[in-house]
Amino acid sequence: MSHIPNSSLAELMICAAAEAWRDNGEVIASGIGTLPRIAAGLAKMTFAPELMMTDGEAYLVEHPVPVGETGEHPRFSGWMPYSRVFDIVWSGRRHAMIGPVQIDRYGQANISCIGDLKQPKAMMLGMRGLPGNSMCHINSMFVPNHNTRVFVEDEVDAVGSVGYNPKRRGAGENFDHVDLRLIVTNLCVLDFEGPDHAVRVRSLHPGVSFDEVQAATGFPLIQPDDIPTTALPTVEQMEVIKHLDPTNLRAKQIKGNPPAVREDNAA
Amino acid sequence: MNKELPLSEFAGQIQDGMTIGIGGWGPRRKPMALVRELLRSDVKDLTLVAYGGPEIGMLCAAGKVKKLVYGFVSMDFVPLEPFFRKARQAGQVEALELDEGMLQWGLRAAGMRVPFLPTPVGLGTDVITQGEEIKTVTSPYADGEVLAAMPALKLDVALLHADVADRYGNTQLHGPDPFFDEHFARAADTCFVSCESLFDHIDDFDQSVPRFNTYERCFVTNVFEVPGGAHPTSCAPVYGWDTTHVNAYCGFATEDDGFVEYASQFIGKSEDDYQKAVGGVAHITALPVTAL
Repeated sequence: MSHIPNSSLAELMICAAAEAWRDNGEVIASGIGTLPRIAAGLAKMTFAPELMMTDGEAYLVEHPVPVGETGEHPRFSGWMPYSRVFDIVWSGRRHAMIGPVQIDRYGQANISCIGDLKQPKAMMLGMRGLPGNSMCHINSMFVPNHNTRVFVEDEVDAVGSVGYNPKRRGAGENFDHVDLRLIVTNLCVLDFEGPDHAVRVRSLHPGVSFDEVQAATGFPLIQPDDIPTTALPTVEQMEVIKHLDPTNLRAKQIKGNPPAVREDNAA
Repeated sequence: MNKELPLSEFAGQIQDGMTIGIGGWGPRRKPMALVRELLRSDVKDLTLVAYGGPEIGMLCAAGKVKKLVYGFVSMDFVPLEPFFRKARQAGQVEALELDEGMLQWGLRAAGMRVPFLPTPVGLGTDVITQGEEIKTVTSPYADGEVLAAMPALKLDVALLHADVADRYGNTQLHGPDPFFDEHFARAADTCFVSCESLFDHIDDFDQSVPRFNTYERCFVTNVFEVPGGAHPTSCAPVYGWDTTHVNAYCGFATEDDGFVEYASQFIGKSEDDYQKAVGGVAHITALPVTAL
C-alpha cells in the first residue's frame, strides 16, 4: 500500500474513522455529519461491504450516497423510516458515530445543553437519540476540535449518552449492551481500552505528542508504552473518498483544512 | 359523514391548558397552518409534545406554552431553533427532555391504553434524573431486570398534516417517511388534520397507494384543506422546506421583540395573509425537496 503524505487532516480522520466499522458484521453504519458519513461510506466500499447504510433520509442504499450536490439520484435497496431506525437501534444492529458537544472521562456525551437542564445557559438540540443509541448498540464519536471544552474535567452537563460511569448504574439495570469504540479527533484516536474502560490514546496523528493531547483533554488519559502514528490515507482510499465527496466538502470541515502531516514536521 | 371544516373553525376548539401533540419531524411536514391559527388565537398554557421544529419556537415565542415534552427541537439544516433556545434559557417553559424512542413509546402507551411501556432506554442518563416524571419498574420474571417505565403521553389533541385526505377522515402520507403521526393520532382524544388536497372519497384519487395510509379515520376528528399548509416546513414529495424563510425567521430571534415583528410581517390575521406574505401558494408548492 502506498500512503499519500500530502493528504489533508480531514482525509486522515476519515480513514481513521472508517476503522470504527471494521468487523462489526451486518449493522447499520450511521455516520452523522459530513466526515463521519464519508468515513462510513469508505468502510463499506473498501473492507466492510456487509455494512448497511441509508441515504440520510428514509431509504437503505447498497451504494453509499456521496455528500454534496452531485445531481445523481441514489439507488434505493430498502426502506428505513425513523420508526424502523428506532426498531433497529433497540435491536442493537447499528453503529453510530456522532459529534458530541461534550464528552467526559466515562464516555458520557451531551448534545442537549450547556449548564443546568432545568434552565440551560445554552440550549442545544435536546437528547435526540443518544440515550437509546448508547444503551442499545455500538457507538463512536467524532471531534473536529479537540479541546478541554469538549473533553470536560467533570461529568458532561447533561448526560445524554450512557458511558461507563459506575455511579450512574442502578442495581438491576442492564448495561451489557453499552459498547463505546473510537473517538476520532483532529489530534488523535482514542478508545476505551484502558482499565475499567478508561479513555486511552490509541494512535497519534503525525507530529502530535501525547502531552499535547493530554493538555487538550480535561481528564487524565491512559498512555500506552508505544503509541502508533495514525496511518495516512492510501491511494485506494483517496480514490474512494473523492468518489464519496466529489465537491470536496471535506476541505471545509476542519478549521483551515490543515495537512495530515504538520508543516513543521514534514521532512 | 363529512369531517371537513373551514380553517376558521379550528382554533375555537382548543382550550387553555390542553396537552397537544404535533406530528411531523423537525423541519418536515409540520401542521403549520393549524399552528398559525393557534398563534392568532388567545389560547395559552399549552403542553406540547413533539419531535420539534419551528412550531415549538413560534408557540413559545408567542407565550402559548407552559410545558414542552420533546426528543429534540431542531430544523436540521439550521440545527438550533432560536426561539426555543430563548424560551428554555429564560426558564420560560417547563421541559421534559426525552430520548426520541421513549417519546414514541409514551405515545404508543397512550394509544394502547396502558399506563407505561418498559424500556432500558433512559437509564444511566439525565432523562431519568431530570425530575420525578420517569420512574423505574422491576421485571416480574426471573431476570428481575430494572427498566424505565415510560409513562403514557395522553394527548387532548393531535395536530397533523397530510398530503391527501378525504371527507371521511381517511389520510395518506406520500413522503419518504410517515414519522410518528399514527401514534400521535391514536394517543389523542381529538385529532385535527390539515391536508394539501381533500377529496370526497380518497379511493377516487389514486388506487395505487393505499399503503400510504398510516392511521385510521376513526382517530381523525376534522380535516382542513390548506394547500401549502406545512410551510415553511417541507411536505415531500409536494414541496421542500423554505430555507430562505427559515433563515429569515431565525434572524428575527436576534432582536428583543423579534417574534412580534415576525408575526406582524408574516402571520397576519389569516392563512391567506400568511401565504401572500411569503410569496403565494404557487411559490410554496414549487419549493424543491432537498435532502440533508
